Amino acid sequence: MSHVRVLVGTRKGAFILTSDAKREKWDVQGPLFGGWELYHLKGSPVDPNRIYASQTSAWFGQVMQRSSDGGKTWEAVGNKFEYDGPTGTHKYYDGSDKPWAFKRVWHVEPDPKDADTVYAGVEDAALFKSTDGGKNWSELAGLRNHPSSSGWMPSAGGMCLHTVLFDPADSKKMWIAISAAGCFRTEDGGKTWRPSNNGLTSKYIPDPKATVGFCVHKIAMHKSKPKTLFLQLHWNVCRSDDGGDNWRIISGNLPSDFGFPIAVHPHEPNTVYVVPILSDSEHYTPEGKMRVYRSKVGGNEWEALGKGLPQANNYMNVLRDAFSTDSLDEAGIYFGTTGGQVYVSPDGGDNWRPIVQNLPSVVSVEVQTLK
Amino acid sequence: MIRVALPQHLRTLAKVGMEVALEVEAPVTQRRVFDALEAKYPMLAGTIRDHSTKLRRAFLRFFACEKDLSDEPIDAPLPEAVARGVEAYYIIGALAGG
Repeated sequence: MSHVRVLVGTRKGAFILTSDAKREKWDVQGPLFGGWELYHLKGSPVDPNRIYASQTSAWFGQVMQRSSDGGKTWEAVGNKFEYDGPTGTHKYYDGSDKPWAFKRVWHVEPDPKDADTVYAGVEDAALFKSTDGGKNWSELAGLRNHPSSSGWMPSAGGMCLHTVLFDPADSKKMWIAISAAGCFRTEDGGKTWRPSNNGLTSKYIPDPKATVGFCVHKIAMHKSKPKTLFLQLHWNVCRSDDGGDNWRIISGNLPSDFGFPIAVHPHEPNTVYVVPILSDSEHYTPEGKMRVYRSKVGGNEWEALGKGLPQANNYMNVLRDAFSTDSLDEAGIYFGTTGGQVYVSPDGGDNWRPIVQNLPSVVSVEVQTLK
Repeated sequence: MIRVALPQHLRTLAKVGMEVALEVEAPVTQRRVFDALEAKYPMLAGTIRDHSTKLRRAFLRFFACEKDLSDEPIDAPLPEAVARGVEAYYIIGALAGG
């Protein structure tokens, strides 16, 4: 019988939440790695019991953890993330040139076909790959060596590579996103990259022809429709129907077009979810209401979903990796808040209920649908 | 044997108690202690000093015999009491953060 496993990364450890397909009663395991920041955990699509986790600390640096039994036991694997060759410099907040320096792994993306192959998106922005289950990591340096990289600048949260998407038909074709450099795509497994930001606009970038510098917060894709991408920008929700060559704004009637996560319904490629927050200076939901917004027509026309969510005195945020879906027949939608709640909707967003309410601040949520 | 006292998070990472015992060849220096520690407990590599630069992580400090050794030359001999295992060498996380 199908069931779900929710991998939750928080500022003070990881939690694993499990339920049967009804998604009513939950078992809570954790905290794992208590006291450490767990930026992201994600399971392999080909071996769901293989889970990778990014464990970080301002004191002790980066640790990578790997489980081969669905999170029951863990093994620290390789944490040596060394840039390949001269690091060069990027722009800093004050306009000065700053040498690249590894800080942490923001995002782990297991390969779609091989459980021992996994990618890591890191700060300062770079993409690393391991082909031995996380023991050894090599940089795909073509990205950081792109001619534009000396002009990249960090967002307020750091210059992080936070999104890795694969073309379902060919995993050598990938999209990544960096705050605040933008989207880049490769068609040769990461050797060469090109910016993919045409049509994105930002009031902070006066040059209308700028090809990089965009603070992309997240990109999402439905596997059945890989040329259609949805993107949450610093301001604006956008869409591309040509694999990221061109973007257009689909913010429509959203109460705010600022936010972090964006996701696509697992069975409906044109159904998209975002969580608007008030502004870049006020990282909480408008009107004190926790609301997810859903468009069933691929953008522009959005409906508020708040049934079962706090509708007064709610000033939470949902971070870029803290929104996920399962793939049960009646799709479950999940998100975690900076206030430590994890919510589930077992009916595509119409009705919500909390799974847990008092965790440390949630950084990431990933859902595994298990047979 | 050299005695090294670890902070809580490194104890849980290495799955050890408060102190670990290490064989370190004389003369006992901080570099040799770190080399021996990382050889015996590979998961600690990179958590005390940077993999590449070998510099101490900014929020860690090192003490022994009531002295702060954090900024001492890494190849300077450690106190005799540490080298003989009478006193422990302490790795301590800064009291900071939330």
